[in-house]
Amino acid sequence: MNRYQQIKLAKQIGKWALIAVIMVYAIFPFYYAVITSLKPSSELFQVDYWLSSVDFGNYAQIFSQKSFVQAIGNSILVAISVVFIALLLGITASYALGRVRFRGRTTVMLVVLGVSMFPQVAVLSGLFEVIRTLNLYNSPGGLILSYTIFTLPFTVWVLTTFMRQLPMELEEAAIMDGATPWVTITKVFLPLMWPAMATTGLLAFIAAWNEFLFALTFTLTDSERTVPVAIALISGGSQHELPWGPIMAASVTVTVPLVILVMIFQRRIVSGLTAGAVKG
Amino acid sequence: MASVNLSKINKVFGSTHIIKDLDLEVGDGEFVVFVGPSGCGKSTLLRLIAGLESITNGDMHFANDLVNDLPPRERGVGMVFQSYALYPHMTVYENMAFGLKLAKTDKQSIEQRVMDTARILQLEELLHRKPKELSGGQRQRVAMGRAMAREPRILLFDEPLSNLDASLRVQMRNEIARLHHRLGSTMIYVTHDQVEAMTLADKIVVLRDGRIEQVGSPQTLYQQPATRFVAGFIGSPTMNFMPVQLLGAEAETCRVKAAGLGELPLPQDASGQPRGDELTLGVRPEHLALAEPRGDNRFEIVNVEYLGNEVYVYLEPKAGEALLIHRSEAPSQWQVGQEVALVPELEHVHLFDADDRALPLAKATAAA
Repeated sequence: MNRYQQIKLAKQIGKWALIAVIMVYAIFPFYYAVITSLKPSSELFQVDYWLSSVDFGNYAQIFSQKSFVQAIGNSILVAISVVFIALLLGITASYALGRVRFRGRTTVMLVVLGVSMFPQVAVLSGLFEVIRTLNLYNSPGGLILSYTIFTLPFTVWVLTTFMRQLPMELEEAAIMDGATPWVTITKVFLPLMWPAMATTGLLAFIAAWNEFLFALTFTLTDSERTVPVAIALISGGSQHELPWGPIMAASVTVTVPLVILVMIFQRRIVSGLTAGAVKG
Repeated sequence: MASVNLSKINKVFGSTHIIKDLDLEVGDGEFVVFVGPSGCGKSTLLRLIAGLESITNGDMHFANDLVNDLPPRERGVGMVFQSYALYPHMTVYENMAFGLKLAKTDKQSIEQRVMDTARILQLEELLHRKPKELSGGQRQRVAMGRAMAREPRILLFDEPLSNLDASLRVQMRNEIARLHHRLGSTMIYVTHDQVEAMTLADKIVVLRDGRIEQVGSPQTLYQQPATRFVAGFIGSPTMNFMPVQLLGAEAETCRVKAAGLGELPLPQDASGQPRGDELTLGVRPEHLALAEPRGDNRFEIVNVEYLGNEVYVYLEPKAGEALLIHRSEAPSQWQVGQEVALVPELEHVHLFDADDRALPLAKATAAA
């Protein structure tokens, strides 16, 4: 082997070592959660890196709790509603912000961006008052409202950027064909914006699905809770026992749908995020 | 089908006055081409007619209908865009049917009309393809089909051929011309290419800085340009210009003096011009003959371009002007470095005054 080949080999080894480190760093916690969830509670505190036997007891236990199943239902309802509302408002707003010339357009865009910079805690008390006033306390509506507030800025920005890249002549062609703005959006732009919508919709879904602070604050009863709160409130036989098995089982259960969604949409997400680089 | 009548049309964008007091008459079934350099307002004018931009003031009539404030869909116009702007997610059929569907046409007539249009444009084989599976020329035809399917009163073309390569451009130009003969509908076409204008138009409108420079048939524009701008814009290679001095004007003729060429009697009526005035003489490359040099009439050949059927000879001018061009049929005996005399065909010479307006022929003035 000459010097050049040695350097090349060393570079290859270095590259794969780095990838291995990153993989372990990113995946190990999740892997350990999966393993823990599949252990019977008696083996819980033995440190194992491989699974010797599979035990679905923890899963059976959490699914036997009515409140957990309800929480999953609530999470699905809230997350899907947020995605739907955010995309609907996002598309229409992005048409206005991307295509219609009006005074103060930049200001509106900056305000939208500014809103998303506040930490959740900063608006918590104010939002609480709003939700009480609107009579949405302890209902999915309150969560949908508050999540939409935090999802919309991102949605609007991404969709506006995407909308601006669609050729102007396409819209004019639709106008010449007699299309109203609404028809132009739904019949011409929407089919072309699927990648961007899949990206923003999925990110909105994940945000709503995983959110904890608002979900904890704006709900009171088991029947209205979402999954993250329900997991946090899973309790053991006594005050001093943390039921790690069921908690891990619940965490894996709520993460799997996300992983599946991301895998389905991953090509779309990539093409959505790099939309500017590719010529339509 | 409809005529178009523009009267005192103005368009102002912010502080830029794009179209200035423009009057124009387009006859029913006429093929009119707007031509001019970039920024002359030709595309804006087309968009005003389409209804994509609103006119600042003035009146626009299609046939007898005032259309100033009508949206595009109520004007009955179809437009072909430079980038075609086909709907990428729809098939050729859906592209052409889109406008009809929006107009709530019933399914059978939609199919009928799309099929008829497809037959005219030879798109029948392609109806189920998406735009990305089509070649440039096919996309161009689909774009025309989409504009035609709704049977608009007026068809508008915004530089439709500029995205095509040279040979395809000639072919599509031909197809558009034949389409016009066949449909006989009113067509307005924008281009910056004077060859397209000359070959397609019944009537050419030369625009410059938002104003009409001249309107006329291709022959009129070529043979009797009204201004130096039109003379230079129409025709390729471009007309030769040289400064001349007016020596005197008589009833049917005038005399001018040009550097190197000496005194020339010309058939123009220059009676309105003061003697000694600086005028511009214009002569087309094919109306400039070359001869053996004599006396002061000596010009050096700096380049010879052989194009197969014809030859362009470039000559060094006398005083800092653009190169002079002589055009003749091939073969040609002229060589680079040779000195020759210029002999303009005096009956084909143009004369422009200090404001670049063409001076009329004396005979024409006498007749009028």
